[in-house]
Amino acid sequence: MGHTLTEKILADHAGLEEVHPGQFVDVAVDLVLSNDITAPLAIREFEKLGVERVFDPARVVIVADHFVPNKDIPSAQQSLVIRQFAHAQKLVHYYDVGRMGIEHVLLPEQGLVVPGDVVVGADSHTCTYGALGAFATGMGSTDIAVAMATGRVWMRVPETMRIVYHGQLQPWVGGKDLILHTIGQIGVDGARYKAIEFGGPVVAALPMAGRFTMANMAIEAGAKAGLFPVDQTTLAYLGGRAARPYRVYEPDADATYQQVIEIEVSHLEPQVAFPHLPANTRPVTQVVEVPVDQVVIGSCTNGWLEDLRVAAEVLRGRSVHRDVRCIIIPGSPQVYLDALREGLLEVFIEAGAAVSTPTCGPCLGGHMGVLAAGERAVSTTNRNFRGRMGHPDSEVYLAGPAVAAASAVAGRIIHPSELE
Amino acid sequence: MRITGRVWKYGDHVDTDVIIPARYLNTSVMEELARHCLEDLDPKFATLVQPGDVIVAGENFGCGSSREHAPLAIKGAGVSCVIARSFARIFYRNAINIGLPILECPAAVQDVEDGHQIEVDLESGQVRNLTTGRVFRVEPYPPFMMAIIESGGLVPYTRQRLKAARKPNVSQDEVRQ
Repeated sequence: MGHTLTEKILADHAGLEEVHPGQFVDVAVDLVLSNDITAPLAIREFEKLGVERVFDPARVVIVADHFVPNKDIPSAQQSLVIRQFAHAQKLVHYYDVGRMGIEHVLLPEQGLVVPGDVVVGADSHTCTYGALGAFATGMGSTDIAVAMATGRVWMRVPETMRIVYHGQLQPWVGGKDLILHTIGQIGVDGARYKAIEFGGPVVAALPMAGRFTMANMAIEAGAKAGLFPVDQTTLAYLGGRAARPYRVYEPDADATYQQVIEIEVSHLEPQVAFPHLPANTRPVTQVVEVPVDQVVIGSCTNGWLEDLRVAAEVLRGRSVHRDVRCIIIPGSPQVYLDALREGLLEVFIEAGAAVSTPTCGPCLGGHMGVLAAGERAVSTTNRNFRGRMGHPDSEVYLAGPAVAAASAVAGRIIHPSELE
Repeated sequence: MRITGRVWKYGDHVDTDVIIPARYLNTSVMEELARHCLEDLDPKFATLVQPGDVIVAGENFGCGSSREHAPLAIKGAGVSCVIARSFARIFYRNAINIGLPILECPAAVQDVEDGHQIEVDLESGQVRNLTTGRVFRVEPYPPFMMAIIESGGLVPYTRQRLKAARKPNVSQDEVRQ
């Protein structure tokens, strides 16, 4: 009987010939990640383990990105804890202000994640690295503390759900629309405890940025991981970047999937997820008169250079609506620099948008764009739960960068083609 | 271990952002987190909850972020157990790891209403609605997870293992089902 990509990666990392869904395994991890919110708790638990050193200072990564640059004194104290730990443990990959990017944009960009890896991170969007054919999953701080100490974690081998996309994408439709539409179809727990393996001609033609966006939001369907097969696009991205040698795994032709979903996307419109669940999706042309106060373009979901290019295409020569605050956040220093050199930042600033240093800030209502009661945002981020971006009586509408930028200009949610 | 308490009942998809909003994540002190537990869903919860009370909810409890602050806030508020139709996977791991008992029991969720008194026997896997008198059975934890629970959480479990073995590797025979 054949095995899925997930099963093959986990079997190898567990030192087993093969593994089956439902089996509990103890796996070796290639990379362990945490951030300024989750690391302080992980460090506290690590110190209770009676271990002096992390298992490998080159494989324990900490990125200060959520409330950084420090938004208040308690956040500064948390940053201090992780900085001291990183120095004491001589962590090779500790990222602070200036070199820090949003973790899930930064790690792939720096070549720290490679195909076939098992990556665990104390951040639910760790599943982003599935775009590179790695098995990557989010866990809590205690799991991460144990992984930092031992280089191993326990896991239940998940069932695999395969989602196949067919057809030809319409203009202004990208990875964000594909994944929002998918979550709308299967629900926020449609893939609970499962691994998703994405496939088909549409994703084969999708650039890496779109794949990262899709894998990133696998967790919004409850999935443990969301993986893509490795192809020429992946290899081209890794060229000159991969920090370690790697092995490319492929699913067996006779692999057993718990479920296979086929989606035809030729008529798919840009998608918008209404409050307060990412599964409340509608095609943008069915959104009637929703005025917005704030637009956020960025995050681990859509903070890639390709996303900023799409936003700039919409904003070039246009003006952000006078009643809208438009905040654009490149995902990493490199994305920032590339956007600067391409002239994208000039387009944004001339249009009346604010450009920020990389941070998760507004996505989780931390800083850099917190909403007041009754305010409404269109955001390229990943969650629109109640109070996610600020006051519990504020609202978040999720969309891709094209709809977000167009809505910033119009002052209400629109299809970008309405501006033409 | 037998638990008796008042039920606080909520619906499906109670996410980690409403369990503990991110604006309070600039600390990891359990008592401080507990003061804001479920604030955006039920503002009176944190002030009225009594030690031993039980949260009962629908599908996918704890969906969203990986913040362990969520089960910590619930534990810190004095909640003795969470019963749901189902749990989001990261929350499930986190609760087991920090020693917050959680049970999947759709039949009990169906029966129990907000304000009911409930009794939970974790050893025998029995949930009794003291208000209606109905009794429900709960699926036992897989043996591997039970070992973590019996150790008092993942940190004491790992401490024991690290002490026992010179190498941190857990023998495969022990963890395979």
